[in-house]
Amino acid sequence: MIGALIERYPRFANWLYGFTPPEHGTVVLVHRRVYIVPARLGWLFAATLAILLIGSINYALSLGFALTFLLAGLGLAGMVHTARNLARIAISVGRAEPVFAGESAQFRLYLDGGPGFDRPAILARHLVAGSQLVVDVPAGGLAEVVLAVPAARRGWLPLGRVMLETRFPLGLFRAWSYIEPDARCLVYPQPERSALPPPSAEAAAGALRTQTTGNDDFAGLRGYQPSDSPRHVAWKAVARSDVMLTKQFTGEAAAELWLDWRLLPARMGPEQRLSRLAGWVLAAERAGAHYGLRLPGSEIAPRRGDSHGAACLQALALYQAS
Amino acid sequence: MTQAAHPLAPEVRLVSTRDLAWLIGSLLIVIAPHTLRAPWWLTVLTLCLFGWRFYCTLNRAPLPSRWLVIGIAAVAMLGIWIEYRTLFGRQPGIILLTLFAGLKLLETRSHRDAAVGAFLGYFLIITNFLYTQSMLTAIVMCGALYTITATLIGFSAPQRPPRANLRTAALLLAHAVPAALALFFLFPRVQGPLWGLPQDAYSGMTGLSDSMSPGNLSQLAQSDAIAFRAEFEGDTPPQPLRYWRGPVMWDFDGRSWSMGPTLLADFTPLEGGRGRYRYGVVLEAHNRNWLFALETAATLPERARYSADGQLLARSPVRARMRYDLVSVIAPAGLDSDEEPAALRRALRRPPGFNARTVALAEKLRAASSSDGEVMTRAIAFLREGRYVYTLEPPLLGADSVDEFLFATKAGFCEHFSSAFVFMMRAAGIPARVVTGYQGGELNPVDQIISVRQSDAHAWAEVFLKGRGWVRVDPTAAAVPGRIQSGLARALPAGEPLPLMLRPQLEWLRNMRFQWDALAHKWNVWVLGYNPERQRDLMLLLGVRDADWRSLTATLFTILGVMTLVLLAWSLRQLARPDPVQKAWGAFCRKLAARGVERVPHEGPRDYSVRAARVLPGSRRAILRIAWLYIGLRYGSQARTSAVARLRRLVRELRLT
Repeated sequence: MIGALIERYPRFANWLYGFTPPEHGTVVLVHRRVYIVPARLGWLFAATLAILLIGSINYALSLGFALTFLLAGLGLAGMVHTARNLARIAISVGRAEPVFAGESAQFRLYLDGGPGFDRPAILARHLVAGSQLVVDVPAGGLAEVVLAVPAARRGWLPLGRVMLETRFPLGLFRAWSYIEPDARCLVYPQPERSALPPPSAEAAAGALRTQTTGNDDFAGLRGYQPSDSPRHVAWKAVARSDVMLTKQFTGEAAAELWLDWRLLPARMGPEQRLSRLAGWVLAAERAGAHYGLRLPGSEIAPRRGDSHGAACLQALALYQAS
Repeated sequence: MTQAAHPLAPEVRLVSTRDLAWLIGSLLIVIAPHTLRAPWWLTVLTLCLFGWRFYCTLNRAPLPSRWLVIGIAAVAMLGIWIEYRTLFGRQPGIILLTLFAGLKLLETRSHRDAAVGAFLGYFLIITNFLYTQSMLTAIVMCGALYTITATLIGFSAPQRPPRANLRTAALLLAHAVPAALALFFLFPRVQGPLWGLPQDAYSGMTGLSDSMSPGNLSQLAQSDAIAFRAEFEGDTPPQPLRYWRGPVMWDFDGRSWSMGPTLLADFTPLEGGRGRYRYGVVLEAHNRNWLFALETAATLPERARYSADGQLLARSPVRARMRYDLVSVIAPAGLDSDEEPAALRRALRRPPGFNARTVALAEKLRAASSSDGEVMTRAIAFLREGRYVYTLEPPLLGADSVDEFLFATKAGFCEHFSSAFVFMMRAAGIPARVVTGYQGGELNPVDQIISVRQSDAHAWAEVFLKGRGWVRVDPTAAAVPGRIQSGLARALPAGEPLPLMLRPQLEWLRNMRFQWDALAHKWNVWVLGYNPERQRDLMLLLGVRDADWRSLTATLFTILGVMTLVLLAWSLRQLARPDPVQKAWGAFCRKLAARGVERVPHEGPRDYSVRAARVLPGSRRAILRIAWLYIGLRYGSQARTSAVARLRRLVRELRLT
C-alpha cells in the first residue's frame, strides 16, 4: 500500500519519509528521519502477551500478571532500543571504482555509529537494485557496506536511494530510514567483445612513428613510476631487492597508435562506436601499446599506462553524456 | 575496522548451532520444573526431540519431514490421552505445550521460526505459576526470562558475542522494570475466572475437609504447608487461647463425622469480652468456603457469610490466597444461650447399636451426676486418668470405633478424643458437636506474624449447657495437656516421627525458616495477594477515590507515556553527547567563519588552518596551535584529557584580530 502511495504521489512520499535530494558529504540520521513500526514478530509477540494476560486473569495468577507486564515493558524498551540502533548514524560515501556498462558498480558506504555503543545488525539495501548487506557497526568504529548497483548505461551512475533498516535487539520492531548520498560511479561503455584487434600502425593512416622505447626487446631496468603498467614491473627483481623496477624495451612495434572515431565504418551508431573504441583501448592496454584517442571535438595524446587508459575510457564514458 | 558483513537479514538466516543451543538451554530451564510432574516417558520424549534437533544442526542433517512431525505429535497426544484420559486438563495441557515446543524446534529453520520458539518459552513460564508462585519459582523463572531474552537478541544479531547479548538483555530488562511495575500496580484488575477452568485446576490444595473420620486429621497434621497467616495489631493471644474455629461437624454415622446442611444466620457484632484482638488473616487457597477466625469472631469480614453454628463462610470456595480483617474476643459476654430445638435434637443424634460400652459408661456417669456440667467434668476426668497416648499414627479401628479407642487401643489423635467425647456427651443426653480448625500456630519473632500450618489442624468439642449456651471443651487438652500448652512437637511421645520442621534438634533451621517465612508473607501480601481490592487501597493512598478502570487506565497511560519519553530522552542524550574534541573544533570553525574564513567541505583541518592563518595573520600563531592540537587529538594515536582541556581553553580564548 505504501509502495503504491509512493509511486502515485512522489511528493507526498518525499514529505512523509523525509526523502531528500542527494545530500552532500556525511549524512546523519537524525531522530526525525528514523521510522519505526512493529514487525511481523512484534504482532505475534503482542498476541502472546494478550493470551498471557487472559490466562493470568482467568487463573488469578499474580506472577502471571508480573510476567505479562514485564514482557510488555520489554517490548516498549525494545522499541526505543531499535530506534536508537539507527539514530544518529553518520553515513559517508567512499570512492566507487569505475566499471563497464553491463557490470555492477560497487558503492562503498561507511557507517559511523559514534563512540557510545555498538549498533549490531544494520541492513543496508539499495531500493532499486535490491542488493543488500548486513553489518555490525562497532562502537567508535566504522563498518563498510558495499552495495552493488547494475550499471546499464555509460556515463555517471548515481547511487540512488538506500534504505537502512534494523530490527535489533528483539526483532519486534523494524526501524528504517532512507538516505540518498551524493555519490556516483563512472560507467565506461561496454567494450565490444568481438572487437577487431587494434588497427595496425599502417592502417592508422600513417600514424606510425618509431619510438625510442617499445615493447619488443628488453633494454634494461629503470626506477618504477606510478604510471607504469604492472605488467612491466620486474617482479623478480622486486622480490630480490624490495625496490620497484620497471623493465624497459625498445622495438619497432612500440608504435604510436591512434584510436580514431572517424576511422570506424559510417554505418555504426555512436554507442557502437564507443563500445568498439573501448574494446580497442583495452586491447591496446593489454598489448602495452602507446596509443592516443580521437573523438569528435576532443583528443587525448598518445601515452602509455593505466592512468592513460582510464582517461581514455572516461572520455568515452562521458562522450556527449547527459 | 570492518566487521564481517552478511548478505541476508538476520531473521531469515538459518539458525546457527550457537543460537539453537541457547534456545534449547533456556527452554530446558522453563520446563525443568514440569519434568517432576510429567510422566517420565513424556519427559524423555521431549528431551529426545530437543536432542534430535540439535543433532540435525551439528551434523547438517536434514530436518524431519512435516508428516513425520505430525505423526510424532499424534502418537504423543494419544499417549497423553491414555495417561490422563483427556487432553484439556491443566496437567495434560501443559505437557502438550512442552511437547509442542520440542516439535516446533524440529521445524525451525530460520531465526524467525526460532523467535516463535522463544515466544513459546515465554509462554511456558506462566504454566509453572499454575503450580507454584513461590519466590524460588519466581527467581528461577526470572533467570529463564533473562536467558530467553538474550537468546532472542542473539537471533537479531547472530554475529555478536553472547556476552554482549547478555549485557543488552540486562539493559533491556532494567528498562522494562519501571513500565512493568506501573502496569502491575495500575493495570485495571479484573477478578477471574473469565470462563470455566479445567476440572483439575484446584486439585492438590490441602486443608480441612467437610468430614472427619479417624485418621484423616492426623494425616493432615503431617503436612508443613501453611494454612493461613495472621497478623495482629498490638498483642498476640497466648498459645492456649489460639483456637481457630473452622467447620463444625454435627452428624455421626458411627465412624466419621460430617457437617450436614449448613444454616445461614444473621450476624450480630459482639461487644465487650475479656480479650479483644484486631487482626488480618492471609488465607491460603483451600478450595472450600470456610474462613478461619480466632474464637470468637466479633465482626464479620467483608463479603463473608455467617452460619447458625458460628462458621464464617466465603461466598465462593477460596481458590486464591485471600486476605480478610476481623476482630475476635475471648470469652464474650452476651452470647446467645438459647438454641433452636431442632438443632439441639440434631446434636443428640447418634447411630443406634454401636459402641455399647461407651453408651453404658455415659449412662453410669449420668446416673452419678446431678447436672450436665458434672457429667462433663466426670467425662473429662475419665479421659485424663485413662492414660491415653497421643500419636500421629493411631492404630486402625473397627466398627465400634469409639469403644475400641476408649477401652482397647487407647491411642489416638485429636479426632479420636473429640469424637469419643462428643459421642459420650450425646449418649449421656447432652447436646454436643465436633468443631474442627487449627490450634496454636507459630509466632514468627521476625515480623510478629503467626503462621498456622496444616500440622496445627485440630478437633475439639462444643457442649450445650442450659443457661450457658455452647461451651468449648477440648478433650485432647484434658488427656494430653502438652498439646495445647506447647504444640504438637512436645505433646507427641519421644520417637514418634514428627513433621520435619517441628523437630527440636533443627533449631537453626527453624530460625532460618522464620526469616524466610517473614519474607514469604510480604511476598504473599504484596505480590501474590495483589487483587482489585488492594488496587483500590493503593489508589486511595495515591489520593484517587473510587478508582475505576477509567481513572486507572488514565493514570497508567500517563505514567507509561512519561516513562517512554524518559527512555527516549535517555537514548537521545546518549547519542547527542558530542565528542568534546569535535565540539571544540566546531566552535573554532564557527569563530573563523564569522570572520569570513569558512571551511569548505573537502578541506582538511591542516589546509583550512593554513588558509585561515594566511587570511588572519594577526592570529596566525593561535590558529595554527589549535589546528595542530586538534589534528594530534583527532588523528594521533592517543587522546589525553589534559590535551582536550587545553584545546577547549585555547578555542574559548581565541580572539581573532
